[in-house]
Amino acid sequence: MMKVLIKSGRVIDPANKIDEKLDILIVDGKIAELSANIDPGNAEVINAAGLFVTPGLIDMHTHLRDPGYEYKEDIVSGTLAAAAGGVTSLACMPNTSPVNDNLAVTQYIINKAQGQGTANVFPIGSITKGMNGELLAEMGELKEAGCVGFSDDGLPVMNGEMMRRGLEYANTFGVPIFTHAEDLSLVAGGSMNEGPIATELGLKGIPWVAEDAVTARDIMLAELTGAHLHVCHVSTKGSIELVRNAKARGVRVTCEATPHHFILTDEAVRGYNANFKMNPPLRSQEDVDAVRVGLADGTIDAIATDHAPHHIDEKNVEFAIALNGVVGLETLLPLTLKLVAEKVLSLSQAIALLTCQPAEILGIDRGTLAVGVVADMALINPNKEWVVDADKLHSKSKNTSFDGQTMRGYAVRTILAGKTVFER
Amino acid sequence: MSFNPKHILGIKNLNAEELNFILDTAVSFKEINTRQIKKVPTLRGKTIINLFYEASTRTRTSFEIAGKRLSADTVNISASSSSVVKGETLEDTAKNIQAMHPDIIVMRHSASGACQYLADRLDCSIINAGDGMHEHPSQALLDAFTIREHKGTIEGLTVAIVGDVTHSRVVRSNIYCLTRLGAKVRLAGPGTMLPPGIERLGCKVFNNLEDAIRDADVVMMLRIQRERQGTPLIPSVREYARFFGLNGNKMELAKKDAIVMHPGPINRGVELGTAIADGPQNVILSQVENGVAVRMALLYLVAGGEKLKSE
Repeated sequence: MMKVLIKSGRVIDPANKIDEKLDILIVDGKIAELSANIDPGNAEVINAAGLFVTPGLIDMHTHLRDPGYEYKEDIVSGTLAAAAGGVTSLACMPNTSPVNDNLAVTQYIINKAQGQGTANVFPIGSITKGMNGELLAEMGELKEAGCVGFSDDGLPVMNGEMMRRGLEYANTFGVPIFTHAEDLSLVAGGSMNEGPIATELGLKGIPWVAEDAVTARDIMLAELTGAHLHVCHVSTKGSIELVRNAKARGVRVTCEATPHHFILTDEAVRGYNANFKMNPPLRSQEDVDAVRVGLADGTIDAIATDHAPHHIDEKNVEFAIALNGVVGLETLLPLTLKLVAEKVLSLSQAIALLTCQPAEILGIDRGTLAVGVVADMALINPNKEWVVDADKLHSKSKNTSFDGQTMRGYAVRTILAGKTVFER
Repeated sequence: MSFNPKHILGIKNLNAEELNFILDTAVSFKEINTRQIKKVPTLRGKTIINLFYEASTRTRTSFEIAGKRLSADTVNISASSSSVVKGETLEDTAKNIQAMHPDIIVMRHSASGACQYLADRLDCSIINAGDGMHEHPSQALLDAFTIREHKGTIEGLTVAIVGDVTHSRVVRSNIYCLTRLGAKVRLAGPGTMLPPGIERLGCKVFNNLEDAIRDADVVMMLRIQRERQGTPLIPSVREYARFFGLNGNKMELAKKDAIVMHPGPINRGVELGTAIADGPQNVILSQVENGVAVRMALLYLVAGGEKLKSE
C-alpha cells in the first residue's frame, strides 16, 4: 500500500465548500481521509504548511500538437508544462495531423498520455471529418474511446445546418459541442481586434461581430436542439451577454475565458510582437472588463488557456502572417490568482473556475478532493513572486505573452493519482 | 537643436520641433538639386540599400537620387513579396544584407510593422519608405514641405484628405505630421474606406467630399486602387469618381488660393479630373521635386548630420 500524507495545508475544494487547514491521506492514489491531524503512521509525509492544497487544476482547452506537429509540442512536453503549472487534467483540441476524427488518433493520444505523460489527457474529437465542415465524425465511437466533447476549433463550422446536426448528434451521446465562434467572412483576413489601435497600426481588424454573430447562432441552435453547447474563449462584451441571457432562459450553454482575455487589451499589439497575436484577438478594455464581470457573476464557467504552442519561426515574422496563439499552461494559475488579488473573484470562485466547474462540463470525475476520488492535487505557494522566462518554460514552444513579467504564485508540487509529477 | 535619429520608422513619435528641424534641413538641400553639378560629398563612403518589397517608381527613385546626390553608394533591391511566404524570411534577408555592412536600409514592405521588425533586429539605420497600411513618413514630410513652401506656414491651415483612408499609410503619417504642425485635418471617403477610430488620431471625418473641402487651404487626393473595384469597398470606379473624385466645379468650394496635392501616381478621371490635374492649383510635381530634398535631409540626419563633418 502506497500512503502519502499531505500535512497542514489550507485545503480549498469549492465543490465540497471546504476551505480550512486539513490533512489529506492518500492511499494507493486515492484520497482516503480528509481531516485535521491525521496520524502519519507509515505514510510519506509532505509538509504543506503555508500552502494551498487544491484539486489538480483542469485546463479544458489546449492544443498538444501531437500527432503531427511535434516540433511545436507533444504529449510529453505539453503534459510536463501542465504539471509545472499545477494542471493535472487537460482537454486537447483535435486540430492535429491527422485530425482527431477517428478512433486511432484518439487511442494514440490517450495511450501516449497514460504511458509517458504527466497529466490526464482528455481528447476532444472533431465535429466533422477532417474538420472540413462537410461530414459528421464518428462521435459515438470516439466518445467510447474517451473523447469528452467535439469541436472544429480554429476552423469554425460555418454551415448552419452542419452545426445543428453536430449538436443533435453529439447530444445523442451526451457530450457537449465546443464552438469556436467566429464568422470567417467577417474576419476577412484581419489579424487583430478592430478598433482605433488596429487603425493606427495599419493592421486589418477583426470586428467583435465576427464572434458575437456565431455565438448567437450557436446558442439558438442549442436552444433548438436541446444539446449542450460550450462556447470556447469568449472575448467580447456581446458574446458574454448572449451567454448570460441564454443561461437565464435555461439554454444548456456553458463557456470559458482565457487569462490573456482578462489580463491584456489590444494595446499590447503596439510593437507588432506576434506573441500578442491570437484568435480571438486581444480586445478592448471594455471587453476585458466584461470578461471579468462574467467570471465574477458566474456567466463564465471555466478559465482555460487555449494553450497554442507555435515554433519561433512561425512567430518571428511580420505580424500579419504570424500564426495565431500563445502558450498558457504555465501562467494559468498566477494570472487567475491575480483576479483574486484584484478582488474580482473570491479565492473559492477562482479555484472552482480551474477545477470542479470545467470538470463538470467535461463530465470527468476530477476536480474535487472528496474521499474516494483520484488524488490529483496542486500544492500552491500563492505568494511566491517569480518572473516568466520564456526560454525556461517546459513547453517546447516559447510563445508566451508574459515573457519578463512578474507573476505571483505557482504550484510547488503537482500530484497525479498520488504521485508527485512535478516539484519545485 | 540637433536631431539625429537612429531610424525614421514613422511620424508618430516625432514632435513639432523635430519635424520642423527636418523640414528646415531639407530647405538647405533643395538648392543642391538645381545646381549644374548636383552632388555634394556629404555621405561619401556610406552605403544605402533601398530594399523594396513592393513596386515603387517614385519613392525608390527619389531615395536613390537623394543618396547619390549626397555621394552615398546606393544599391536597389527589389524583393518579391512572395518570398515572405515562400523561401527566405524577412529576418534572413535582412541579416544577409546587414552582413554587407550598409549604413542605412530604406525599406518598403506590404506588412504593417515590417520596418519596426527590422529595426528591432538589425544594427544599421532603417528608414521607412512605406509599411503596409501603417506609415509613410517621407511622403508626409515632403507634403508638409510643399505646403509650407506654397503657404508659408502650416499652422492654422485646413487640409482635406479624400479617398481610401483605410488602406493608406500616407494618410496616417500626414495626420500626425500636419496636426503636430498646427493644421486642422479633415478626411472624407465612402464609409467602406474610413477605418474605425481614425478620428482618434486627431482629425474630423466627413461622409462627403464637398463638406470636407469647403474652405480648405489644401485638398489632398489619394490614389484609388482600381483593384479594389468590385470588392465590398466600392461598386465601380465610375461611381467612386462621381462622388469622391475631385472634378468639375468642386474646387470652387475650397479657398480660392487652395492647392491640390496627390501622392501619385494619379488616376486621371478617377480621383482627379483632368482639368484639375493639369490646373494651376495643383502642386503635384512640386511634391515630387521636394521629395528628393526631404529624403536627402532624412538620409543626412540619420547618417549623423552635423557629426559627419568631424568624421
